[in-house]
Amino acid sequence: MIRLFVGLVVGLCALGTSAAAADPVEIGIGYLRRAGAKPTLSLVEQPAADDGLAGARLAIEDNNTTGKFLNQHFTLEELRLKAGEDAATAARTLADRNIGFIIADLPADALLKTADAVSDRGIVLFNAGAIDDRLREEDCRTNVIHVAPTRSMLADALAQYLVWKQWKRWFMVVGSHDEDKSYAQALRRAASRFGAKIVQERVFEDTGGARRTDSGVTLIQRQMPVLTQQAPAYDILVAADESEVFAAYLPYRTWDPRPVAGSAGLVPKSWDAAQDQWGAVQMQNRFLKLNSRHMTALDMQAWTAARMIGEAASRVNSADRRTLLEFLKGPDFSVAAFKGQRLTLRPWNLQLRQPILLVDGRMVVSVSPQEGFLHQVSELDTLGVDQPETRCKLH
Amino acid sequence: MWHRCLLVGTILWLVGTLPAGAFIAYVSNEKSNTVSVIDTDKWAVIKTIKVGQRPRGIEFTRDGKFVLVAVGDDDTIQMIDTGSQEVTDSLPSGPDPELFIQDSAGKILYVANENDNTVTIIDLQKRTRMGDVQVGVEPEGMAISPDGRFLINTSETTNMAHFIDTETRQIVANVLVDSRPRFAEFKRDGSELWVSSEIGGTVSVIDPAKHAVTTKITFDIPGMRKEAIQPVGISITADGKTAFIALGPANRVAVVDVASHHVIKYLLVGQRVWHTAFTPDEKWLLVTNGISNDVSVIDVAALKVIKTIQVGELPWGITIAKQ
Repeated sequence: MIRLFVGLVVGLCALGTSAAAADPVEIGIGYLRRAGAKPTLSLVEQPAADDGLAGARLAIEDNNTTGKFLNQHFTLEELRLKAGEDAATAARTLADRNIGFIIADLPADALLKTADAVSDRGIVLFNAGAIDDRLREEDCRTNVIHVAPTRSMLADALAQYLVWKQWKRWFMVVGSHDEDKSYAQALRRAASRFGAKIVQERVFEDTGGARRTDSGVTLIQRQMPVLTQQAPAYDILVAADESEVFAAYLPYRTWDPRPVAGSAGLVPKSWDAAQDQWGAVQMQNRFLKLNSRHMTALDMQAWTAARMIGEAASRVNSADRRTLLEFLKGPDFSVAAFKGQRLTLRPWNLQLRQPILLVDGRMVVSVSPQEGFLHQVSELDTLGVDQPETRCKLH
Repeated sequence: MWHRCLLVGTILWLVGTLPAGAFIAYVSNEKSNTVSVIDTDKWAVIKTIKVGQRPRGIEFTRDGKFVLVAVGDDDTIQMIDTGSQEVTDSLPSGPDPELFIQDSAGKILYVANENDNTVTIIDLQKRTRMGDVQVGVEPEGMAISPDGRFLINTSETTNMAHFIDTETRQIVANVLVDSRPRFAEFKRDGSELWVSSEIGGTVSVIDPAKHAVTTKITFDIPGMRKEAIQPVGISITADGKTAFIALGPANRVAVVDVASHHVIKYLLVGQRVWHTAFTPDEKWLLVTNGISNDVSVIDVAALKVIKTIQVGELPWGITIAKQ
């Protein structure tokens, strides 16, 4: 009898202690960002000091709200590179702090070096900033998941809309830097792919000089018409100017009254502060409340990366890196990101499929893929380099 | 001779006691900031009531005296007097109310505050705030178990259905569902809880006692890409046999045999169909088509769409009670 009584008391005590909340499982996510930010021609488009990072911070909050119910806790380890600092070394520092996932906003070469530097430590990078196609093609890596869209996805998104609009004759003006030429190449591919014709190309040479002078627009409004005069008949001017040298000067200044697209005018982006469809207002409100500014595409790319990790963690109910990664790369993974359909990873190169917004700086004009462009697997694969064309071989 | 009198008298008596037939539906128009009032005898809008900004969740009070409508951008819930069909009062709902639900007695109102990750609890008689519950990210769907013991709230970005004990106001269980759950509905006998996942494209059937998903209802429309099938509103008949699920941009309502959890038919309605409501006699199901700005009327017995009624811009929620 006494034994039964004691047993009962011990049993109840054990129940009592096991009922006390266990410490939450910790999941650390790193955020590694490049040293500088490219200044824009437009004053209102200058990136904030926390561009990108702010999105990741909000996602950590969202992950933790969910994590409360699953006994999971997420933290963000932020590392901003100083000029000349090596990204790979910085990533190894994060690895030493037991960070298994690093959201990276780095240029392509630095991203690859970093990925290779930490691949033996089981760390996965989430590419939130680099749009280079080669990172998803010949330079693809098993430990890099791409959340940022590719240059080809952006160009295709724009081309589909212009073709839908029947604005098929393009006059293209290309900048003189490498990334401008890459953008032009993507646009040429898109034109050929979707049935547009580039009637003429011109190059805008970057001869340096201050971006803003006291004379302001007076000179520019005379230069742009001269730059764009005597072009063959065209419907739209497509500007390839990722270097931010001239494109923003083109709208309303072309010789012929024509709209502008590409790096100015109608711009393809993964996200915009004007996006209000599919419940996006909730997202915009939360971001505004936390960060006191509007959300950019880079913010959203970073948010999505961190949310992908959180979503995987809630589905597998584990913080184990291998388990999470297996789920992320598996057929059941998808993430909701306020773009009207679930986003999934292309299994052949780990690129996140996504609709692309076409924005004019104030409103969302359209969302690609456009109606009518069909695909066997997913209409989102009409954007960018598709599986039959890929040069990526992930082993 | 007297047979005929009896016959006529009986007919007259029958006609006299036949129900009037007309019900009144209130539809919230998210963009035009109005509520359209529909008469089900005429199948037409008989009045348009101006309300606050961004009206969404809309519901008759249990006593039928008011229609409550959540005006999210005004951070309040307005009360429309059903007699005068005018807004007469408002409730302290907490910020950005979207959907809400009353307890069976009509004394307590539970409100989902989408921006705040909260469910606010309101005393309907005193018209005061009683408390709140912290839930997941972007709460929307609300349901109460038929025995009144549990409040269910779904959170869109956390992807869960939270079970909240109505007495202690504590969350007792969380059930993970597919992406972006929007709506929760119990079978009238309390044996199943259905939760729609808009982006996941499924409806999860949950065992409310075990707090587990027992099966998922999936949809397949020939020629339509899966991503466009986005279930939102759910209405289950009182006899628990048939369910109707609004499929958003698939522009269809799925008719589901509850016993087998299989779709038996798809009914083509207007564009972006989201929310649904039965007439009290369950002869008709009305659904709101957000993009085509109209309401479709479905004959429940015949499983046919018989009418489309133009309402305001971006019709969202619908509630129906006796005239």
